Amino acid sequence: MITVLHEQRETALPDARADGEALWLRAGDLARATGWDWKPEGLCRDATCVPVPRARASELVRDDALDVAGMWRHMGHPVVHDRTGEHWVLGTGAQDRAGALAALEAPDFALPDLDGRMHRLSDYRGQRVFLVTWASW
Amino acid sequence: MWQAVFDELHTQGFTVLAVAMDTPEAARPWIEAARPAYPCLIDRDHHLADLYHLVNVPQAVWIDESGRIVRPPETAGATDGFRVMDRTTFTMPEDAAAERARVRQAYVDAVRDWARRGAVSRHALDPARAAARLQPPAPGIAQAHAHFRLGQHLLRLGREDEAQAQFAEAIRLHPDSWAMWRQAAPKDARGLASGAAFWARVDALGDRPYYRPVELD
Repeated sequence: MITVLHEQRETALPDARADGEALWLRAGDLARATGWDWKPEGLCRDATCVPVPRARASELVRDDALDVAGMWRHMGHPVVHDRTGEHWVLGTGAQDRAGALAALEAPDFALPDLDGRMHRLSDYRGQRVFLVTWASW
Repeated sequence: MWQAVFDELHTQGFTVLAVAMDTPEAARPWIEAARPAYPCLIDRDHHLADLYHLVNVPQAVWIDESGRIVRPPETAGATDGFRVMDRTTFTMPEDAAAERARVRQAYVDAVRDWARRGAVSRHALDPARAAARLQPPAPGIAQAHAHFRLGQHLLRLGREDEAQAQFAEAIRLHPDSWAMWRQAAPKDARGLASGAAFWARVDALGDRPYYRPVELD
C-alpha cells in the first residue's frame, strides 16, 4: 500500500506502484491524492495545465499510469519518499510558495483545534486576523 | 499574551488565530491552562511554516478583512534577550529584561491599534511596503519541508530512526528554521529543547538574530 502526502492531504492508494524514484499512478488516484487532473493536454488544476514533456513521454507514461514523481520534479516541486517506497511526499516548490506570498493573498489552510474541529483561515474572511504561532518546545 | 486584545476587540471585526507548531499532546496542557477564548489550532506537521515561510515561534502574520496580508511574517513581540541570560538560573540582566518588556508592549500596542482601526492604522502596511518585507523561500526550503513532513509521518508510524534521518536532512537544507530543529530535538523534563545543543546552535548565530527585530511602522 502506498501513501501519498500532498499539502494537507494524506491518501492511501492500493493501486499505486513505486519503482525506485518513479511513482506510478492512474489518473483517478492522482486526482484523489493531489487535486491535479491528468488530461490529454497535461496535468491540470484550475486554469493551469502543464504538458507532459514530449521528449520524455515514453519514460513518464506507461499504459494508463503516469510517473507522478518524475512529472512532479519536472514541474519544480520536491519529491521525497521513505526507503521502502511506500510513503511519498509530493511537495510544493519554493517558486510557487514565493509566488503565492508575493500576491499578498494569505494562503488558505485548514487545521484542527484540540477537539478536532477544523478551522479554515477563509472562515474568518470579513475579520482582521492576527495569525500567530507558538509552541511548547 | 493576546487574550486582552482579543477580549477588547473581538466584537469589532478582529480575531486572534493561534497556531501551535506542535503535537496535540504537547500543546494540550498549555491550552487547557490558559483557556484562551480565541481559536487555538494544532499544526503538528508545520504546514503553516511551509505555506508562509515561518522559521520560529512566535511569529505572526496580519491578514485584513479581504484575506490580504498587511504585515508579512515577523517576530511577534519576542527579543533576543534570552541569549544573555544566566543559563543555569535562567535569570536575565535587568536591561535585557526591560528591553524585552518594552518590545513586547510595543508589539501588543501595534496589534491593538490595527485591531481597532484596521487599514488606517499606521502599522498596516500598504501592498508595496508589505511586499518589500516579504522573505521568499529559497529552493532548498521547499525540499526541507518535504523531508520534515515525511519525518513527522514516519514518527507517527513508530519509525523513529528513519524519521530522525528525514529531520536531519530537513535541518541541513533549512538551517535557519528553529521550528524544525526544536520540534525534532530531544526535550528535557519541561518539554523544552533547550539543552547544550540548543545553546551551541544559538551561540553559532554570532551577530545574526534568533528573533529578527521588527520595524513597527
